[in-house]
Amino acid sequence: MRHLLTASMPRDEAIGLLDLAEDMHQIQDRELKKLPALRGRTVVNLFFEDSTRTRSSFEIAGKWLSADVINVSGKGSSVSKGESLRDTGLTIAAMGVDGVVVRSGASGAPALLADWIGRPVVNAGDGTHEHPTQALLDAFALRRRIHGGAARGKALDGVRVAIVGDIAHSRVARSNALLLPALGAEVTLVGPPPLLPPAAADGSRLGVRAEPSLDRVIDERPDALMLLRVQLERQAGKVAPSAAEYITGWSLTDERLARLGDAHLLHPGPMNRGLELSSRAADSDRSAILEQVTAGVSVRMAVLYSLLASDHPSAELGGAR
Amino acid sequence: MTQRAGARTVLGPDEIGRALTRIAHEILEANHGADDLVLLGIPTRGVHLAQRLADRLADITGIGFADRVGALDVTMHRDDLRGRPTRAPQPTRVPAAGVDDRVVVLVDDVLYSGRTIRAALDALADLGRPRVVRLAALVDRGHRELPIRADFVGKNLPSARSEHVRILLDEVDGADAVTIEDGAA
Amino acid sequence: MTTLLTGAAVLGGEPRDLAIEGDALVDPSAIDRDRAEVIDASGLIALPGLVDLHAHLRQPGGEQAETVASGVRAAAAGGFTCVFAMANTNPVADTPAVVEQVHRLGLEAGLATVRPIGAVTVGLAGERLADMTMLARSAARVTVFSDDGHCVHDAELMRRALEHAAALDAVVAQHAQDPALTRGAVMHEGPLSAELGLGGWPSVAEASIVARDAMLAELAGARLHVCHVSTAETVEVVRAAKARGVRITAEVAPHHLLLTEDLVRSYDARFKVNPPLRTDADVRALREALADGTIDIVATDHAPHAPEAKLTAFADAAFGMVGLETALSVVQMAMVETGLMDWAGVARAMSTTPAAIGREPGYDAPLEVGASAHVVLVDPAARAVVEERHLRGRSANSPYLGRELPGRVLHVWHAGRRTLADGRIVTEEVGR
Repeated sequence: MRHLLTASMPRDEAIGLLDLAEDMHQIQDRELKKLPALRGRTVVNLFFEDSTRTRSSFEIAGKWLSADVINVSGKGSSVSKGESLRDTGLTIAAMGVDGVVVRSGASGAPALLADWIGRPVVNAGDGTHEHPTQALLDAFALRRRIHGGAARGKALDGVRVAIVGDIAHSRVARSNALLLPALGAEVTLVGPPPLLPPAAADGSRLGVRAEPSLDRVIDERPDALMLLRVQLERQAGKVAPSAAEYITGWSLTDERLARLGDAHLLHPGPMNRGLELSSRAADSDRSAILEQVTAGVSVRMAVLYSLLASDHPSAELGGAR
Repeated sequence: MTQRAGARTVLGPDEIGRALTRIAHEILEANHGADDLVLLGIPTRGVHLAQRLADRLADITGIGFADRVGALDVTMHRDDLRGRPTRAPQPTRVPAAGVDDRVVVLVDDVLYSGRTIRAALDALADLGRPRVVRLAALVDRGHRELPIRADFVGKNLPSARSEHVRILLDEVDGADAVTIEDGAA
Repeated sequence: MTTLLTGAAVLGGEPRDLAIEGDALVDPSAIDRDRAEVIDASGLIALPGLVDLHAHLRQPGGEQAETVASGVRAAAAGGFTCVFAMANTNPVADTPAVVEQVHRLGLEAGLATVRPIGAVTVGLAGERLADMTMLARSAARVTVFSDDGHCVHDAELMRRALEHAAALDAVVAQHAQDPALTRGAVMHEGPLSAELGLGGWPSVAEASIVARDAMLAELAGARLHVCHVSTAETVEVVRAAKARGVRITAEVAPHHLLLTEDLVRSYDARFKVNPPLRTDADVRALREALADGTIDIVATDHAPHAPEAKLTAFADAAFGMVGLETALSVVQMAMVETGLMDWAGVARAMSTTPAAIGREPGYDAPLEVGASAHVVLVDPAARAVVEERHLRGRSANSPYLGRELPGRVLHVWHAGRRTLADGRIVTEEVGR
């Protein structure tokens, strides 16, 4: 059984997935956006947490590959009526589905479902743990920005990426901090000290550099800046700073944009303009934000194809599991 | 890659070259010239054969064929995706002029069951509506499982199902050859 | 009825005979051997009946996970003859009625002595003190008070509880966990919690409470007991407090002597426990502290849960592991086989000292002639993979399932009554 539970994977496998996504990306230019590879396969989007954009992206990806895609949301279903995660998973598996895309507020829920239900599972974001397809699409968009049409087969060697925001609670940051270094990029995590992971600098697999000062990072002229969505309502005043404090220290303001040079700008969305970045930054030609959305479909097509096209998949996807 | 021990060479580099030249002439003859011709090679080796045919057509006609040759990947359309290990698709490159109302010549190395060509016809239909579709194959080894035939064939090579027919091309394998070996080997 | 145990390595020492007559140990040379039941105990270790100062028997209110009757079966299977039952039942053991009910259920179940622990605060809510004197004077004669599962966080409440306890010669057993530092915490805080995206439980949240409580105990002149010490930092705090002469005792749970946070990688909620599994360095520090007496006892923190409480996402699952059946094996593996502790030390940490802390009589002269006949025979050479069928309680949330552990408890006598024979629970009044 193959699953995509984590963005932690060997370099070759990551490049292979990004190349496959390039093949899938070609469909964007076509009038007839349909490939028959998953005809007769059924994919369930099991979303215990609302996320219209991620769910839509998976839904389009599945449909463009001709799979039947069913959306099951946590709200209003038996899930919210106290049914256990395991029972929900087993029930859906018993309906004869071929793959399950899971979004959950609980870290590790996709990994448990993968153990329980005997179907390929794709992690579409779990708690404060990981969001591997987001990291893949970020890498895809960044690789296209840097290598253009000749991106195929390439990695991100030596590319310096700063990820800015609530690192401690961000599954996007976590997955990127695993995937981008595997592709050769140098990652710096930037944010208010209480929002940086505890002991980020020691022996963890998240052992990438942590740096509280965005201004210092901007002075180093990174190649790309990834701005995370900030939710200041989370433990406001205790863990998270006020909006004014955040803007002072960590927002990509016009002034910082001017000093940033030609770094590419990424944001997983949805954006809080004026908080994480200025409107000018969001709309500048340095912004790859809409390209990320397009890339999301291609990357998710690649993932679904890899996991579901064959009954005899050759290798595990996403190394650690 | 070099030729394996126990394999018998049925076509050498010169014979392959002559076969491709002959096919180029046949394509022009059947089409009454080079108008609207587009060559789409089926990965992997069909792409290189299509390029070689395009070079020959350019030599013969004096017309540039660089923007009339491409690649058509059929992986997504195969009927055996489930039963085999996951296949990695290869890029599809469609010439800028597209395929609508063109005379598309599909180019593959070996014509065998016909299933690859069936997939190619489906893949092509997703890209547009050619006026005519033709098929060129360097080797036709028989054993068709679908009602498909080639319009242009380099060599008919009757073979047993148990035998392996291998096409080696300079671009991929470092040498040109068509070999046949016993499946038991 | 007289039972003669021949050739047992008493407290791991030279083989000799033991004799049980009535509810006491008697001089084996003074008995009529022809009329005695003889059990060949050669190759077996004789230990005093084990005393667990910290178990959750769930009754009343949690009977789907455990009852007093099923809990004492697990206890007997693990070599325990006395179990202190934690107060976090439903209703909470904060009134004489509840502790007397638990006490009575223990008497009915037999197999082991059940000693109810009283709540420190009403409903474990941490707002006002339970009637500690009434609990102490009830038929259940409560000697240990604890809000375990919750920390008595309010410093004034803790101070007053200690003052009451001092007057009653009781002990306050604190679940040391600063609630503000552990909001949403489900595993040890460190690089691994950051990697797994699970809420972290920092070591300092335990050690800081213990430091405060040690000072309060000193102020009140009371006895303080620290439940389930889990970190190297807390060991240092306890060590310093003992050096200063504070009347502080500390326990460690078996799982904290053997298991580390790495098991959480699987997101398997069997490994979710409070306090959480910590690091290798913590495990080493805890073993050393138990060996040198800084940590006084091993207590199981046996915490049964119905399957549905564990078959869910890690953050949503219940905290706790069953431990009565496996405690001695884990201690053998972590302490005896590593050479850190001998069997006499095990007897101290799992019988004599916990009984002394809980003021349970009959354990102060282990296996001596004239003492109460609480006897355990263990085969230290046996090894077995833990399976669900080995668990005699009602729940199977053991972190050791599938893991090989050494040692097997073969025979147990509780006050002279056989409760375990050849590893099987003795349900009938055999031979009486």
